[in-house]
Amino acid sequence: MGLEQKLGDMGIVTTSLEKAVNWARSNAIWPMLFGLACCAIEMMSTQASRYDLSRFGMELMRASPRQSDLMIVAGRVSRKMAPVLRNLYDQMPDPKWVIAMGDCASCGGVFNNYAIVQGVDEIVPVDVYVAGCPPRPETLIDGIMKLQEKIKHEPLKKWQ
Amino acid sequence: MAIAEPPIRVEDSPLNQVKTEDVQLDITFEQLKRLVSPRALTGETMLLNMGPQHPSTHGVLRLLLELDGETIVSCIPDIGYLHTGIEKTAEGKTYLKVIPLTDRTDYLAPMSNNLAYCGAVEKLVGIDVPIRAQYLRVILMELTRMNSHLVWLGTHALDIGAMSVFLYCMREREMILDIYEAVSGARMMSSYIRPGGLWRDVPSHFPQLVQRVLDVFPGRLLEYEKLLKENPLWKERTVGIGKISAQDAIAWGMTGPCLRGSGVNYDVRKAQPYSCYDHFEFSVPLGSAGDVYDRYRCRMEEFHQSLKIIRQAMAKLPPGPVMTDDRKVAPPPKHEIAYSMESLIHHFKLWTEGFKAPEGEVYFAVESGKGEYGVLLSGDGSPKPRRVHFRAPSFHNLQPLGEISKGALLADIVAIIGSIDIVLGDVDR
Repeated sequence: MGLEQKLGDMGIVTTSLEKAVNWARSNAIWPMLFGLACCAIEMMSTQASRYDLSRFGMELMRASPRQSDLMIVAGRVSRKMAPVLRNLYDQMPDPKWVIAMGDCASCGGVFNNYAIVQGVDEIVPVDVYVAGCPPRPETLIDGIMKLQEKIKHEPLKKWQ
Repeated sequence: MAIAEPPIRVEDSPLNQVKTEDVQLDITFEQLKRLVSPRALTGETMLLNMGPQHPSTHGVLRLLLELDGETIVSCIPDIGYLHTGIEKTAEGKTYLKVIPLTDRTDYLAPMSNNLAYCGAVEKLVGIDVPIRAQYLRVILMELTRMNSHLVWLGTHALDIGAMSVFLYCMREREMILDIYEAVSGARMMSSYIRPGGLWRDVPSHFPQLVQRVLDVFPGRLLEYEKLLKENPLWKERTVGIGKISAQDAIAWGMTGPCLRGSGVNYDVRKAQPYSCYDHFEFSVPLGSAGDVYDRYRCRMEEFHQSLKIIRQAMAKLPPGPVMTDDRKVAPPPKHEIAYSMESLIHHFKLWTEGFKAPEGEVYFAVESGKGEYGVLLSGDGSPKPRRVHFRAPSFHNLQPLGEISKGALLADIVAIIGSIDIVLGDVDR
């Protein structure tokens, strides 16, 4: 900035378009209301009374993928669910981000078997991995804040 | 926590290599046609897909609904979207290592699953459980039931349109999760109950934590009742909806509050008492109409009964060990390993090979929050089970959904799913 010092307080803030857009995007992410397994219960706890995710501008869970920016893959993804999940991801409008919540979504977790996709990054690109089985709400909040940090440094060109 | 950069190329995923025409289905069109009414084929009725991503299906249940206007003509549940292969995975693990898998079947009531599995192992191997461990198990089981019912009440009310109940329920649930965390170190996946007793004794502040639940809950239950019990909106959405008769409920294999809502007095805690349940006085709440409202009333009454049992168990909680002293199945205390060669050998054997169970087949059932949670365990003399089968209550309670939702309105299906209290991790396993 620096203009204020030279011209006095004119009530104007100057910044780059990229920073302004990213600031808006990162603080009003609408996650998709989409739970799969155990982690979904912890995701509900994160939304609910004690942890209250709305403090971070993420309270508006949308049931429709058309209205959401963030997919939190909360739980294990089975082979039967994988095409559905990919379909939901494709239905989300750009810009969009994915958090792999928990060990199962990140790498298959304790279920290294025929039924479970070994990490949701096999079917959708993941931005943040949150460890834990299931992760505590604090861990998920930390993951979300990491994502906000990531969005703040994204080039505007990425989503053209 | 790591941040992935650059994004992985999805096109390279092995799953994308599978072509749709490679998948062969052994179902003919004629067989599929029979699932819906003939009117669906002429376009007179409408087919509507609901789920697997739908906030009111409590997970990843998919329903295919045939609608005549707003009335449901047929409802076909499609399950398996959360099939995890837990039963098969269990066959490759030692008896002790199966416990964490049981947590993840019905993830709203992990302790009940632990107890059902450990009870089956104890029955197969023939292990006696110390009385203190049995009492603590009862306390934890009842807390688990309340935990499961709180999530049910919160989501059920949310589906029907009462948002605030959800926030209240989750607030109370945190108190129970605090107890879980104090005893086992984990908020949800406790793995606390082990064959032969408990992993460790409860911490010294356990009585205070339980007392807080006992003190706070009666008032909070009153609060929920005030919001819902006589609420005309709530009654409009629940009374007379999703009726199932006692005979039908038995025939479909329903258990738990779904069965008792129809007036059948069956509770595993009374029918086949396990873990000292016969030491406590409690009653089994029964409904009569078998509709959504009666199932709701049953569960609300069960809160009070659970509190009653916990109060008795806390008052009578005996001192003593919480793990059997049979060194073949229970790990020796750490201090013993330092000076006893025998303990060291037991410790080594237990954590490398595991204990062996005799050949045979046992069934052990507990009354979880959702109904009869049973484990069929088949041993073959080795340290790994030959077969583990979970009789999941949600799976059986889900089966009559097609029948009971016939003739209901589209909006009622949400209330019916909520009232049978399914959890898809339990249905699909």
